[in-house]
Amino acid sequence: MTDSFYRRALSFTNARLWQLVHVDVLLMGSLLLLISGGLFILYSASGQDVAMVERQVFRLVIGLLICVALAQLPPKYMRRASPTLFIFITVLLIGVLLFGVGAKGAQRWLALPGGLRFQPSEIMKIVMPMMIAWYFSDRQLPPNFKQILAVLGLIVLPVLMIAKQPDLGTALLVAVSGIFVLFLAGLGWRYILGAAALAPIAGYTLWQFMHDYQRQRVLTFLNPESDPLGSGWNIIQSKTAIGSGGLYGKGFLEGTQAQLDFLPESHTDFIIAVLAEEFGMLGCGVLVLAYLLVIARGLYIAANAEDNYARLLAGSLTLTFFVYMFVNIGMVSGILPVVGVPLPLVSYGGTSIITIMATFGILMSIQTHKRAR
Amino acid sequence: MTRRHQNFRNYRQEQRLTQQRVLAAAVFVLLMAVVLMARLFYLQVIEHELYQTKANDNRVMLVTEPPPRGLIYDRNGLVLADNRPIHSLTVIPERVESFPKLKQMLSGIIDISDSEWEDFDSRRKEYRRPYQSLTLKSQLTDEEWAKVSVDLYKLDGVQVEAQLTRYYPYGEAFAHAIGYVGRITSKDLETVDKLAYQGALFIGKTGVEGFYEKTLFGEAGLSKVEVNARGRIMSELERQNPTPGKDLHLYLDARLQQYAYDLLGDYTGSVVAIDPTTGGILALVSKPGYDPNLFVRGISVDDYAALRQSKKLPLFNRALRGGYPPASTIKPFMGLAGLEYGFSSWTERYFAKGYYQINPDGRRYRDWKRTGHGWIDLERSIIESVDTYYYQLANKMGITPIHNFLTRFGFGQTTLLDLSGESHGLLPSNEWKKAKYKEPWYPGDSVNVGIGQGFMVATPLQIASATSALASKGHYFYPRMTRLVGDQPAEFPDGLGDEHDIVLKDQRNWGRMIDAMRKVVTDPHGTARRLQGTDYEIAGKTGTGQVFSLQEDQEYDADSLEKRLHDHALFIGFAPARNPKISVFAIFENGGSSSKPADLTKALFDAYLHDDYPARYDYLKGDKND
Repeated sequence: MTDSFYRRALSFTNARLWQLVHVDVLLMGSLLLLISGGLFILYSASGQDVAMVERQVFRLVIGLLICVALAQLPPKYMRRASPTLFIFITVLLIGVLLFGVGAKGAQRWLALPGGLRFQPSEIMKIVMPMMIAWYFSDRQLPPNFKQILAVLGLIVLPVLMIAKQPDLGTALLVAVSGIFVLFLAGLGWRYILGAAALAPIAGYTLWQFMHDYQRQRVLTFLNPESDPLGSGWNIIQSKTAIGSGGLYGKGFLEGTQAQLDFLPESHTDFIIAVLAEEFGMLGCGVLVLAYLLVIARGLYIAANAEDNYARLLAGSLTLTFFVYMFVNIGMVSGILPVVGVPLPLVSYGGTSIITIMATFGILMSIQTHKRAR
Repeated sequence: MTRRHQNFRNYRQEQRLTQQRVLAAAVFVLLMAVVLMARLFYLQVIEHELYQTKANDNRVMLVTEPPPRGLIYDRNGLVLADNRPIHSLTVIPERVESFPKLKQMLSGIIDISDSEWEDFDSRRKEYRRPYQSLTLKSQLTDEEWAKVSVDLYKLDGVQVEAQLTRYYPYGEAFAHAIGYVGRITSKDLETVDKLAYQGALFIGKTGVEGFYEKTLFGEAGLSKVEVNARGRIMSELERQNPTPGKDLHLYLDARLQQYAYDLLGDYTGSVVAIDPTTGGILALVSKPGYDPNLFVRGISVDDYAALRQSKKLPLFNRALRGGYPPASTIKPFMGLAGLEYGFSSWTERYFAKGYYQINPDGRRYRDWKRTGHGWIDLERSIIESVDTYYYQLANKMGITPIHNFLTRFGFGQTTLLDLSGESHGLLPSNEWKKAKYKEPWYPGDSVNVGIGQGFMVATPLQIASATSALASKGHYFYPRMTRLVGDQPAEFPDGLGDEHDIVLKDQRNWGRMIDAMRKVVTDPHGTARRLQGTDYEIAGKTGTGQVFSLQEDQEYDADSLEKRLHDHALFIGFAPARNPKISVFAIFENGGSSSKPADLTKALFDAYLHDDYPARYDYLKGDKND
């Protein structure tokens, strides 16, 4: 897939016009494909609740507007704003820990005047890779040991604060988004292998920081049948939904697990199980393919970006998006613990739609603000 | 910020490095995508069948609908066991957030006892299908129902369910005949189809309710339904309607039953009345009874303990299981046995002293009349109940003819009545004594059996049934509680017909013996002469059964004995003597004199034959006479 291939593919329309409004047609096209498929599943998963689908459409439109708006902003401004943003959001995270509001033992939001609520950790998913990419933007790559330590320090602080809220899913994604920058910056393979060897120790440390309900999730993941009516219920039911879907599925709106409410959180975190039940492995394959299309375009943009900052940021954002998808499908299908990560752009609601669309805005900006060569 | 490397930076090399890393990431992404697809392949293709079964098990539930239980009617169409709608407070535990909170909220609305909570909690923790409701408090009063209904919206998981429960309108007098239904135990479930009883609240335990459980229960409806995760039924996939249980129409006459129960007064005892022309049980009384309604939804521990610990043994069915010496009521049968085997005749005379000895100088077997009866014959031995006559007769016969003859009247075996739990009493024999005591049968043993004492034990039902056979001159009908099952005559077990004839060598002996029993009432010296003055003829025989053995010369002195050691008072009788429509056995435990059961029997005859009961029994009249 070369740039000229895309150009030719776009010959039916005015490529220059798109360049002018800073929209990457291929990225936008694959995103719209994914989004419309997601709405289709949501209709079934919500129990044919049109109002719910409409609210999701509204949220997606806002997301698209933000995406296009951010695409207008040249990457150099983003780079310059990165450290300021990082400090600002980190301060807000401290604010959340001190004055945050929330529910069910988690404290994730800052209350704004007018009854609005704001979740700084969500923004951190974007600001973290911006910060690390900025850090490397005027340093020679690959990073040396001192730089690695500095970057890890930058990552750990906000991640710990988010984990303390507690919001393990977001903390994980924020950490991953920073680490991806480090990886893309050329982190030595020996460090990577060393980290893999140290993973068990890290796991133990993480365990110490976990809340009871988080530990419960892990234990349930390891043996869901131990508590089939309690915390194991979700994972047993989602595996049942997926498995019973078979190769071709039970048909649209025909999934008994989803339609009869055996599947919990069917319109949010577990929505992939609805697709798997009603459209089978084939439907899942198509969805995964749609994701891969978005990711492929994201990685293409990263590889062809103008400078290190843009490359590192675009690559990290794209990979984080993949991690989103992988963790979600992995947890619903029972190969990862349930950590409360939505299926990006498909799961109903949440601020995540806005931030994810914002990341694609950044990617489009990177792609469309290149100086002509 | 220092930029010391700036001049030496190789941007191309750095670009290549990052591009390589993007490529590596792309490979990583692809690999992980393959892992996901492999996982989906495993679940959706390899394990597909397993999960398909699981999904179906989730979705499809078998729901049994308990059929309405058959009603039990007396002979006049009076409902003795009814179905009544009740409202119960039920809880779906899965929908309750916190039980302490629920407990606290409910306590402000209605009274739920600690034992009800304990019972609920233990059932909640047993294995069961999730989202099925459990009864917390059954049989809400109208007031409780209203109070709970108002606050129901606040109480998650709590609901009021309407159910049919069993109700016995006439209480304790009928308890031993009708029996009761009770909460289904795991032991009960071993004998029935578990699925059929899934939605049932109770099962027949004793009496007619127990014996006819299958018939009364009917067939449970079964539907396959699709349920959602909260147990709500979304659609019905298949349905088989319940078949209601069949009604039972008994021979029992509710007024006679209640009257007999009341006539026993404060005594414990039993009355069994049989229609000799059909074998139908007109009354089957065991006193004291108990309130069968206590058992329907599970009896409380306190109530049960009170019944169990009562010295009067209210739970003991005396009519079916009480073992009594038949005493002098055995004499007509003993007399017939003597005639049958040629050991006595109507004309042979016997000098009755105040006692009988097998050998001169041997033990003296005393007559109830110290002075003796003088010269008597068989007929007079019945009229005056001469003990010595039967001592000598039994001694002459020996136990084997006695055993064989009495067996023909049903002694020593169950009567095959359609009630479970009947005991077979004891009709002794040579073999029995050898097996039991490893001793031979002594002549003295026969002597005691001659007046219905000693080893011999019979149940009220056996004596009543034998009396009925005598009343019908051997045209014997098996005793029966149930006349109609649905609209079909009740069937007999084991291919038996409903009757069998006892044929004597000389069939005229029936009439002569009945005559003698008639004279028990009409003769100036008859032991039941107090029953004279009826416009129909009564044939009867008195009896007093020893509760404990008197020493040879000891005299029975009622005043100095505790009541519980008083003799049992017995009476058998039937009327009209020449064309009997009712035969009765009555026993007053420790009643002393047989006048009590004799009076009771006469009162029953008067009421039954004239259909003239005291007005206070009008509520038991029923709406149909047949």
